[in-house]
Amino acid sequence: MEKFSRKASPLFFYTIFISLLNKILYLIMDIFKAEHIEKKYGDFLALDDVSISVPEGTIYGLLGPNGAGKTTLIRIINQIFAPDKGELFYKGRKMMPDDIFGIGYLPEERGLYKKMKVGEQSLYLARLKGMTRHDALKQLKYWFEKFEILGWWDKKVEELSKGMAQKVQFIVTVLHKPQLLIFDEPFSGFDPINATMLRDEILELRKNGATVIFSTHNMSSVEELCDNITLINKSKSILEGEVHEIKNRYKSDTYEISFKGNFDVIKEPLTSRFDLLEHKIVRDTNYVKLKTFCQSHDNELLSLVMPHVHVTSFNEVLPSMNDIFIKVVGSSNQEQL
Amino acid sequence: MNKIWLVTQRELLTRIRKRSFIIMSLLGPVLIAGFFAMMAYFAGATEDTHVRKIAVYDSTGIFIKKIPDTQYLKFEYLSGVKLPDLKKILKTSNYYGILYISPAIAHNMSAVQLYSFDQPAMNIKQYISSVIEKEIRNQKLLAYHLENIDNILKSVETNVTVETVKLSESGDEKKTSTELSMGVAYISSFLIYMFILLFGVQVMRGVIEEKSNRIVEVIISSVKPFQLMMGKVLGVALTALIQFSIWIVLSIILISAVKAAFLPDVSAVSAAHPPQDLMATAGQVHQQAQQASPELTGIFSMLDSIDFYVMIGAFLFYFIGGFLLYSSMFAAVGAAVDNEADTQQFVMPITLPLIVGIMVMVSAFQNPSGPIAFWFSIIPLTSPIVMMARIPFGVPYGQIILSMGLLVATFIGSIWMAGKIYRTGILLYGKKVNYKEMIKWLRYKN
Repeated sequence: MEKFSRKASPLFFYTIFISLLNKILYLIMDIFKAEHIEKKYGDFLALDDVSISVPEGTIYGLLGPNGAGKTTLIRIINQIFAPDKGELFYKGRKMMPDDIFGIGYLPEERGLYKKMKVGEQSLYLARLKGMTRHDALKQLKYWFEKFEILGWWDKKVEELSKGMAQKVQFIVTVLHKPQLLIFDEPFSGFDPINATMLRDEILELRKNGATVIFSTHNMSSVEELCDNITLINKSKSILEGEVHEIKNRYKSDTYEISFKGNFDVIKEPLTSRFDLLEHKIVRDTNYVKLKTFCQSHDNELLSLVMPHVHVTSFNEVLPSMNDIFIKVVGSSNQEQL
Repeated sequence: MNKIWLVTQRELLTRIRKRSFIIMSLLGPVLIAGFFAMMAYFAGATEDTHVRKIAVYDSTGIFIKKIPDTQYLKFEYLSGVKLPDLKKILKTSNYYGILYISPAIAHNMSAVQLYSFDQPAMNIKQYISSVIEKEIRNQKLLAYHLENIDNILKSVETNVTVETVKLSESGDEKKTSTELSMGVAYISSFLIYMFILLFGVQVMRGVIEEKSNRIVEVIISSVKPFQLMMGKVLGVALTALIQFSIWIVLSIILISAVKAAFLPDVSAVSAAHPPQDLMATAGQVHQQAQQASPELTGIFSMLDSIDFYVMIGAFLFYFIGGFLLYSSMFAAVGAAVDNEADTQQFVMPITLPLIVGIMVMVSAFQNPSGPIAFWFSIIPLTSPIVMMARIPFGVPYGQIILSMGLLVATFIGSIWMAGKIYRTGILLYGKKVNYKEMIKWLRYKN
């Protein structure tokens, strides 16, 4: 016995060391990583060499036109499908079947059993996620109280309105405290009130340390929520990175100046040096959009204008995600033609 | 495994809580009894009760007044008329037909003709030919001029009913009844057919419901599609078994109630008369019981001759095996379509073998060990129905084992294929699926 424990202890410390190392590594690494994913349906190539890495504690957006392959990628992350090629990593190691217990998934096509009671159904779905009955009931009580829907417990789902069912759906998704949440087109089916609630909850989930991946068409929600994005078009990843960095990458050295005063005075010197894109007067304020030829020209621009008019604002115009989306998808479609 | 059980549990609970399940469980035995009573009634009702008069034109003169009338057939013997004239007046007369017996009757087999406007029923034909055959035989015997011929003819006339007795290897003898074996065989194969179809369709409906509710993707993010499918199939199978058990228990109660109502209770009688002479009392009681209703006692004693343990065991096996085979196919169909209206083209080929099974079952009663009955009780798609029809007549164990083994192998194969179709189909919306498409899905990797 003595001999055995002496022999076993280095191994024991070694495993602890390795698991600690893993933990530390994954803290500075990504919670989820997909590498060179390829998926075919028969002859149709749904995903072609797509890689994403999702840093822990961030909100990650999957963008792309309809049929680009977003839902396929999301289903692969949820292990509904296995990829034909490529590998998935979760917390720094290869993804395992049981890792789905740490994932909360709200699919685009979502629903509930109409004839089942709300409470019973939530309990069933929670237990399928591996929760014990006791834990599930405790968590359900917390969320039902938070959303003030305890009175619905014994109602059948068919008696609920669509908005009410959406709340139940959301609770079921986050109930088992997943560290990774995946929402497929979360804002598409939700009414504005629930969509706002969902947005706030997503932000709160991130604040509490969860990581969120969501796919969307809604570009304003991307600007509002996402830290990183991947843009998928026709089965391929065509743009990837931090939202802020991408915006900078696609800026076109365009500036907007608003000022009070006479535009004609500065019109001549401005148009000779820069491209005048737009000029409009709203009440007594002039708004001018100009394109410079390189970034260092911004001071020059400002000094040109300042002596003549009263400048109220001066800023660089960053492209909206919507513009970038259209531009990148459009040019990638053109390339393929 | 644990997850399959969770799904099974939900399927079972939601199903047995339904009002329709409770009503069906209570009404089932009554409905089935009513169904068979109705079939018996109709079988009786089709018996012809119309009285028909037949004109006999006997050119030999041998058969005058020799064909006895029955309840529904009356014979009138005409003389001094000609056949062509008779034929002309047949329409306006109140005769159903003309029976013409030609002089060549002793040598020519087709010397007897029955003229009528509609095709005479089988039993009329059989009756006439048997009577004439008998009469000719008698006439031929008479021609030998034997002494006491009338007495001899009377004494050789016999009527036989065959009582069947089955021997077992241990030397026991059991009085059996072909009719009863047929009845038991019919009921059990029909139940298998009904349960497979009824509950198989429930599996399909369940899958379509999950798909059209759009809950399926929520669920298969926590369980594998295969687990969901198996959980559903097992849950419905359990529901069916529970319903079946309720039916059995209720039927036993019904049968014992009938027994108690029509047969005097042996123990009650002997309790009322404290046994002074044990043997005498027992004999008395038995006699009383016999007198009360000999037919009923006979039926109950023959019912005891069928090995119900083997029957129930085989029934459970073939029900579960057949159900797994068919319901997995039903599940695949449910996954492939968007709504029930689209299921038609896929359900037809699945139900076809079941219907063939029922048809073969009926013919199997003619010859339970014949080649048709044998092959269809071995082929897995029809074996649950046909083998159940054969077992009450006795089937060699080797054949049962072969048939069961093939059934197991086939349902494993069909579940595997259904799993592949299910997995792809369940997430596909708004696409009309055909067989070609489904075969393609079989080749998809995970």
